[in-house]
Amino acid sequence: MTGRLLLLLIGSAALLALGLAIGSTGWSPLQDSDPVMRQILWDIRAPRSIGAWLAGALLALAGAVAQGLFRNPLADPYLLGCSAGASLGVAALLFMMGFSPTATALALRVGMTGAAFVGAIGAVLLTLLLARGVEQSLRLLLAGVVVGVVLGSGSALLTLMNPDILRAMQAFMLGSTGFVGWSAVSIMVTALLACLLVALGCSRSLDALSLGESTAQSLGVRLAMVRVLLIACLALATAAAVAQCGLIAFVGLVAPHLVRSWGPVTHRGLLLLSPLTGGMLLLAADIGARWLIAPQELPVGIITALLGGSYLLWLMHRRPLGLGSRR
Amino acid sequence: MTKKLRSLALGSALLLALGCQAASISLKDDRGTTVTLPESPKRIVSLLPSLTETVCELGDCARLVGTDRFSNYPATARALPKLGGLDDTSIEALVALKPDVVLVGLSSRLMDRLEGLGIKVVALEPKNLADVQRVLGKLALLLGKPDEAVRIWNRIDGAITQTAAQLPAAARGLRVYYEVDSAPYAAGSSSFIGEILTRLHGRNIVPPELGPFPKLNPEFVVRADPQIIMVGQRSAPSLPQRPGWSGISAVKAQKVCVWVPAESDILVRPGPRMPEAAALMARCLTQAAAGPVALPTAVFNAPPGGMR
Repeated sequence: MTGRLLLLLIGSAALLALGLAIGSTGWSPLQDSDPVMRQILWDIRAPRSIGAWLAGALLALAGAVAQGLFRNPLADPYLLGCSAGASLGVAALLFMMGFSPTATALALRVGMTGAAFVGAIGAVLLTLLLARGVEQSLRLLLAGVVVGVVLGSGSALLTLMNPDILRAMQAFMLGSTGFVGWSAVSIMVTALLACLLVALGCSRSLDALSLGESTAQSLGVRLAMVRVLLIACLALATAAAVAQCGLIAFVGLVAPHLVRSWGPVTHRGLLLLSPLTGGMLLLAADIGARWLIAPQELPVGIITALLGGSYLLWLMHRRPLGLGSRR
Repeated sequence: MTKKLRSLALGSALLLALGCQAASISLKDDRGTTVTLPESPKRIVSLLPSLTETVCELGDCARLVGTDRFSNYPATARALPKLGGLDDTSIEALVALKPDVVLVGLSSRLMDRLEGLGIKVVALEPKNLADVQRVLGKLALLLGKPDEAVRIWNRIDGAITQTAAQLPAAARGLRVYYEVDSAPYAAGSSSFIGEILTRLHGRNIVPPELGPFPKLNPEFVVRADPQIIMVGQRSAPSLPQRPGWSGISAVKAQKVCVWVPAESDILVRPGPRMPEAAALMARCLTQAAAGPVALPTAVFNAPPGGMR
């Protein structure tokens, strides 16, 4: 595991260097000479590359937590309604802007990231409320589906009523790392560290949980508390990433599967390795997004879906029984 | 006698048929479909603001019986029944208006449905200046006044040329970034906005090969370092806060022209109000050449329902 950890760290560092060297004109490595280039390098490319990595890491961590907690290989960070909540938050904010002077002032104060964050957290709380607590996994999952569908249709309605916001909404839904600055990076670092600590603290319980709920309980796992902690961690990690970068597809689902496909791993390892993998995946996708048709940009979500999807498919056919089974 | 009568009847029938032929109108729309109408339509539904404005410019606002929700100009069009937005048009309400013809944009999903109901549909999509001239010609043909198109186009074209000629020397040749949306989407040189800008001697930082409205890497804008930025009031507040954008010449020197919603309406519609759009851009260029551009004093207020 240490070997893989080291490998992923080196890979991340290499990609980060590549990220610094690729900009709006394609390959354009470090020239620190003139002030505009310096600003582009340190105020745009550096936070953007680090931010993409962090968002990928947050989503992958959330995915690993969700898959462990719900003992379901198809669980992803968005399954408690985070994505629908965040897009409703953003749609409501965009809708409010220009509705009346007071609403505009309020909207400007909250900002897009604030609205997405509040929406994502709010959706999870709503899911918990509808599921009447955290005791039953199935009830949580179903409540998450309901919240996702209802809030999703709410944001679709707002968008339809005001097509002005159509393009901005679409950009949010497909995910973008274009405007990630240092402040966003610091928020995501804080969220990642906090979530990683909590998740690692619960890793033993997740191992026990993979043997079944009753077994875990008989092993002395305080299920209710572990669930609350992990759902809080899942919500925070997802909301932090989604608020800064939009709804990035597939990273959270696929990263834990990639880690498992490299060999057996405990939850401690999974929770450490998944963020590194997810970070690398999203950073690679972001580099692709700005490189392929530079100076135009592809939505990064499209690339993550292509990259992650094709790799998952390849794994699936290479090792028909390896995927989906627990470790 | 009978023979004479018969030939007379035949002759008059022929004349009648010929007369009908002359009154019937046939034109090829932007789908490439040839649409034939028995006579110039008296009841028209327009589902694209620029087409609404063009019909009214041709003096036939009175023939409009309904429009889409966004057609808010001229004032007479505002009072007409609103049939919905781009993708939520109410077919029932539309059919109840018994239109002779429905004017739609090319991307409308309604066309097949309406034609299935036996309603004539003309799809026209103005995308650049040449398109505006062409669409004007087609609509004039449809309305039975083909000569008007030439007159109106000469007025539009002449007004833009005149606005360009009146620009002071300092306002020419400046690097301009025109932002359509905050993702950031730009208006490239090949869009109608870009074409007007080029005629006003502005140097668009987005070259034509990137297409009309490309989604740019934000870094590209910082690197191109525009001297003037034109942006709608909706995205204006976030602009200086984007990473690295505070260093752009236009932001540093406060040469950011912010369009209020009414101005955006004029700027984003490829139609007869393009001279006004040119005048707005010329105002921006002139002000920016003279010094910092003042921000609009009004708070952003655009109730849902426009394309700004």
